[in-house]
Amino acid sequence: MVNLALAWAEAYMQLHPEVRISVTGGGSGTGIAAMINGTVDIANASREMKPEEVAAAKANGITPVEFVVARDAIAVVVHPSNPVQQLTLQQISDIYTGKITNWRQVGGENRPIVLLSRESNSGTYVYFLEHVIRLGKADSDLLFSPDTLLMPSSEGISCEVRQNPNAIGYDGLGYVTSDQKVIAVAKDASSPYVLPSVATVNDGTYPIARPLYMYTAGEPHGQIRAYLDWILSEGQTLVTELGFVPLLR
Amino acid sequence: MHDTRRRWMEFAIEAVIQVLGISTIGIVLLIFAFLLREGLPVFFQVPLTNFLDVRWYPTFGMFGVLPLLLGSAFVTFTAIAIALPLGVATAVFVREVAPNWAREILKPLIEVLAGIPSVVLGFFGMTFIAPRVREILGAPTGLTAFTGALVLAYMSLPTIISVAEDALDAVPKSYRDAGLAIGATQWQTIWRVVVPAARSGIVTAVMLGMGRAIGETMAVMMVTGNAARMPLTLDSFFRPVRTMTATIAAEMGEVAKGSVHYRALFAIGILLFVVTFFINLTAARAIFTKRRRGGLR
Repeated sequence: MVNLALAWAEAYMQLHPEVRISVTGGGSGTGIAAMINGTVDIANASREMKPEEVAAAKANGITPVEFVVARDAIAVVVHPSNPVQQLTLQQISDIYTGKITNWRQVGGENRPIVLLSRESNSGTYVYFLEHVIRLGKADSDLLFSPDTLLMPSSEGISCEVRQNPNAIGYDGLGYVTSDQKVIAVAKDASSPYVLPSVATVNDGTYPIARPLYMYTAGEPHGQIRAYLDWILSEGQTLVTELGFVPLLR
Repeated sequence: MHDTRRRWMEFAIEAVIQVLGISTIGIVLLIFAFLLREGLPVFFQVPLTNFLDVRWYPTFGMFGVLPLLLGSAFVTFTAIAIALPLGVATAVFVREVAPNWAREILKPLIEVLAGIPSVVLGFFGMTFIAPRVREILGAPTGLTAFTGALVLAYMSLPTIISVAEDALDAVPKSYRDAGLAIGATQWQTIWRVVVPAARSGIVTAVMLGMGRAIGETMAVMMVTGNAARMPLTLDSFFRPVRTMTATIAAEMGEVAKGSVHYRALFAIGILLFVVTFFINLTAARAIFTKRRRGGLR
């Protein structure tokens, strides 16, 4: 989400030169922790705040306020030469827990599957774990296979996927480049296989989609309020440019 | 009058130097104390069996450091196995075999090698070396312990070469002359007389190179794949690993201060500090022993 936050900040500062906005990356966990510690005004997060984080905020005298500012779809990507076109959520879950280890088990070539993921401080990681690996079940205790390569950034995943025919990775739709192949995903074997796009994320047919949040410490006032209002209205045009999905009006 | 002022000046300068010297040691001790303060409590919060477990999943309360420890050890020892023969051979070449004009060029060139930023090497490893490892060696992915070892070997080479070269330099000319005088060839003299004479210096070079390798963070984070698996079988050379340093760097940003995860990362820091300290201590003692004896063996 850092690219989106940067684009918004730059565009807003051009319109309002008297305002200074600085954006730093580091993952959803970092931003929320910083907001709880009072070192930032707005925390960008690609996941909801966990109950422990809300409790920690309240303990610090802060009531976090949540704003949904855009939507994102998680795309599952493979090397362009991979013959596999579509997978169900269950298959993806089995691949990432290490139950399925060879591409031919899902209709591909006889190749070992190399798993790529973001680091555990990424909101994308948490979202993928909860909604894809654990299939949204709260009582599941499935984990990523220990053989999963945890790449330090989206670029790390792209770099490996675009040149390794054995690789499978996932990332936000906005970070998928044209030299990677996107897999169509179905909720289960009887549902249709859907490719992620602006349309399919907004109408809910693509199964792996999530809201993107901004959290403030208490109700925002003044400059911060104006900035958020802008993001929720004119700022939405930037969302599409960056490959994310704007909110429905 | 003049004399008193000079005495005060001397006193002042000595005092300043003493303070600076002691403060350097003091800073190191303070850093260690800080590590202990932040990291030790975790041993009371989490049972030891958890730490000796084989799964590192801190966000789910699993703090098994074995895969990380073994990952660091695996990559470091492989790197030294590659860098040791290469480094000693280069040092021998530069010191014993190369003509003077070549030596003038090679020595600064080797210093320049040491100056390449580790993140640049990591990027080179990720985009160039890793795909070659996958294609040529048939590994499922090029992001492996072996790739990490290659990059680390490159990074410890300048250290090993410089110190080994100094060690070879310290061997008196009389040794070489004696070897040639009894009819040994140049190569026999180098290999059987000079290098064994410089043995302790070469061991020091290796220890320092090891200390450099085990503490490297950025380069290994980009090329080893960061998968916390136990590197126990022979094919683990061509599988990803996760080092202690990469774990700290990747996870420190997200932890809440004071949480168990935070303290666990500091505990890993303590482990790293202790290991590096002992490696450097061994190297330093080797140097001091050598000097004290006034000789070379």
